[in-house]
Amino acid sequence: MKKVSIGNPHVATPYVIWSVIFIVVPLLMVAYYSFTDANGSFTFENISTIFQFNYLRIFGESILYAFVATAITLVISYPLAYFMTKTSLSTQATLMLLVMLPMWMNLLIRTYSISNILERNGIINTALDMLGFEKVQLINTPGAVILGMVYNFIPYMILPIYSVLSKIDNRLIEASSDLGANGLVTLRRVILPLSMPGAVSGITMVFVPSVSTFYISQKLGGIHNELIGDVIEQQFKLNNNYNLGASLSLVLMVMIIISLAIMNRFASDDDGGVIV
Amino acid sequence: MKIISKIYIALIMVFLYAPILVMVLFSFNSSPSTSVFEGFSLHWYTELFSNSTVLTALGNTLILAFSSALFATVIGSSAAVGIFSYKRRWTKSAIMSVTNIPMMNPDIVTGISMMLLFVFFGKMLAMRNSLSFFTLLIAHVTFNIPYVILSVMPKLGQLDRHLSEAALDLGCTPFKAFFKVILPSISSGIVIGFIMSFTLSLDDFVISYFTTGLDFQTLPLLIYSMTKRRVTPDMYALSTLMFLTILILLILFNFAQSRANRKKAKT
Amino acid sequence: MKKSISIVSVITLILSSVLIFNGCGYEYQYPSVIGDYTNHNLQGTTLNVYNWGEYISDGSEDSIDVIKEFEELTGIKVNYSTFDSNESMYSLISNGSVSYDIVIPSDYMIERMIKENLLQKIDTSKLSNYHYIDEGYKNLYYDPNNEYSIPYSVGMVGLIYNTSIVKETPDSWGIMWDEKYKNDVLTFNNPRDAFAIAQFYLGQDINTENKSEWDRAAKLLKEQKSVLQAYVMDEVYNKMESGSAAIAPYYAGDYLSMVDVNEDLAFVYPKEGTNIFVDALCIPKCAENYDAAMLFINYLLEPEIALANAEFIYYASPNTSVTTNPEYSLLGNEILYPEESKKPKTEYFHDMKPEIRSNFDKLWQDVKLYRHPSK
Repeated sequence: MKKVSIGNPHVATPYVIWSVIFIVVPLLMVAYYSFTDANGSFTFENISTIFQFNYLRIFGESILYAFVATAITLVISYPLAYFMTKTSLSTQATLMLLVMLPMWMNLLIRTYSISNILERNGIINTALDMLGFEKVQLINTPGAVILGMVYNFIPYMILPIYSVLSKIDNRLIEASSDLGANGLVTLRRVILPLSMPGAVSGITMVFVPSVSTFYISQKLGGIHNELIGDVIEQQFKLNNNYNLGASLSLVLMVMIIISLAIMNRFASDDDGGVIV
Repeated sequence: MKIISKIYIALIMVFLYAPILVMVLFSFNSSPSTSVFEGFSLHWYTELFSNSTVLTALGNTLILAFSSALFATVIGSSAAVGIFSYKRRWTKSAIMSVTNIPMMNPDIVTGISMMLLFVFFGKMLAMRNSLSFFTLLIAHVTFNIPYVILSVMPKLGQLDRHLSEAALDLGCTPFKAFFKVILPSISSGIVIGFIMSFTLSLDDFVISYFTTGLDFQTLPLLIYSMTKRRVTPDMYALSTLMFLTILILLILFNFAQSRANRKKAKT
Repeated sequence: MKKSISIVSVITLILSSVLIFNGCGYEYQYPSVIGDYTNHNLQGTTLNVYNWGEYISDGSEDSIDVIKEFEELTGIKVNYSTFDSNESMYSLISNGSVSYDIVIPSDYMIERMIKENLLQKIDTSKLSNYHYIDEGYKNLYYDPNNEYSIPYSVGMVGLIYNTSIVKETPDSWGIMWDEKYKNDVLTFNNPRDAFAIAQFYLGQDINTENKSEWDRAAKLLKEQKSVLQAYVMDEVYNKMESGSAAIAPYYAGDYLSMVDVNEDLAFVYPKEGTNIFVDALCIPKCAENYDAAMLFINYLLEPEIALANAEFIYYASPNTSVTTNPEYSLLGNEILYPEESKKPKTEYFHDMKPEIRSNFDKLWQDVKLYRHPSK
């Protein structure tokens, strides 16, 4: 039987052209700048610079911070999403709204507000001081940066997990308990595997912005917690070294692809792997 | 169990809203401090309203969001229709993988890659300013299109092929059949795509930061430059106003929706 | 769900813009000007101005809104944006990604931009207010014939410290390395200014071409990271005013604006010497509205406008109509205009040879990436 096509394939042509010019070519530009110097002649210098200890360390730390932040976000979000599905439908709608609402505040403002809470003369320390306690160093620590990531990106974890969990057929859970599984076994054998797609997309949506952020680490991390996003931003906005900046972006891109591949593998490998 | 879950949900909500409450509270501070509350005042709101930069930035943000969403919706919707009718599987998957790039890439890489493109060709064409409102617009359209495609595609999948067949049989031209039959059934996807684009564009900082010519400042860019300098609570006042309007409208909207639902249930 | 929320957001933004429009309207005081700003055909054109942050009187706290006033006077629309370091400004102008009609770089950057052919000549005979410029700020090394730049404001770098934390009275840059003030010290987030402090402390020439001297300075900057809290530019205001940090080198004028907010702050010119600078108005090659730029420069030299700016930004003024005006509140201020006997040792930055520059850029990158073993 001959299929009747719904539309003309040619209507996609403007987009095809657009995507080549503004998606594919820009990526080629990144590669071009990575392998040239300021005068436009071919060089490996930028790439070899990156393989110095200092840059590798920053790459490593960026992955580590983003990984920790993603793991914490997952551990916090999963129970929340699960508990949400157990409430009444109208409560679920309200809770969804409450989770999404902070996303309407700009990330910059949310982060700035956190820095105000953590500052040496910020809200926590002012309160401690008034109660007669010693002030504590909260800002400019790895913890502050990770807190900033968790806070800013947690809705991206809660929402996909919740949407998967809320679609799980209740009869499956009933069947599982009818077959003699207790709550924990049902969770491990039925709910976790079924919710894995949500968790995987949540992980991606939290990890990618975390590993590449520069504002959060700038505002909350001080000089000892610079991440790769900061270094890239400086190359473009301060040091005027587009070539090094481009090659750092290139490596970042490759690194993210590898990290996500590993994480996805990990997630599909074993049903509980990511949770632990 | 019930109690534990309630406490847990409450704790997360406190976590989510603490920084926002801090912001709201200090927007009413009578002193310029953002950590010691010295008394209630509306000073920062009046200060905000006398600031023409904020007003311009707000206008710019809306113009950019609207125009980029419009372009993205037109290009993206027709792209979805076209891609959907591609016969060869590999062209389809190739173009879809390209479409996924802006969504998977970190914003900083998307922003930088486009900036490099504009600067490179600007230099080649000896342009005086290679970054401007138009480069910003192009960047926003580019990162919006994939969201439009992804919201229109599923609607096309749900489409009944026999409908357009019937239309053709009844003497419609393919052109007319598209507008009479296909467009109405994918329109909800198009609207969602437009709205998603609009909101993504409103909120974007990173990509704008690298692709704007600075003669066009959006609200997120303004906020960034404000937090780099002396921060006074007027920024908090701005955010509080935005937050409160969203909150109020959401409540009104929910109220209207539940009333509509009740009406529906009655009839 | 997504859909409903998004619709709501659209309405919100429209609503909030209405709110803001209604909130406008405040009392305005009109300054008087000498020059002619109406007899031209530039109405409706746009002037792009690129200036340092907080570097023009903007109408807050009953000051004159210099930009708005110029727009009303001339009918020219001013597009005003700001930068926070010479290097970031240079990076935008030099790669041609933006075009500006007015930029305000510092001395050494002007020298470099002239060399690289990025600036246009300014015909000072067409500026009726040019005679107000102090002779002491004419014919300086970066623009020996006054062809490319008109001084806007001048200043020196000094050490700002919080007396509630720093109980001693520092007289040397050395305090920025003192372990007692761990996590309390800030320094500049740009290579030139940050290196200069280490170089003064080491007794070097800040314009040295000797690579090993730069290396030594870089080593010192790395050691400093154990006591450093952050590299800052304009973030310094918040950090010093709120007491989040105790010691920071910054521009003298900015100290005066900080002490208005936090009276615990004190200021000193360290004995090893310090950097003096002139920030001047320039017209880049890429300018599209030269005539409006000339008009704007002349306007900024107006006695009332220059006074408003000097009062607002707290930097020393190169404009004699300001420095002789008895109404000028900072007249004779000992930090901005120290007596001859109390003047600190000062040095200007010079533009460096490209290889020296790329060398210290690399060193600076090293310093920034360096992780102190104590951390």
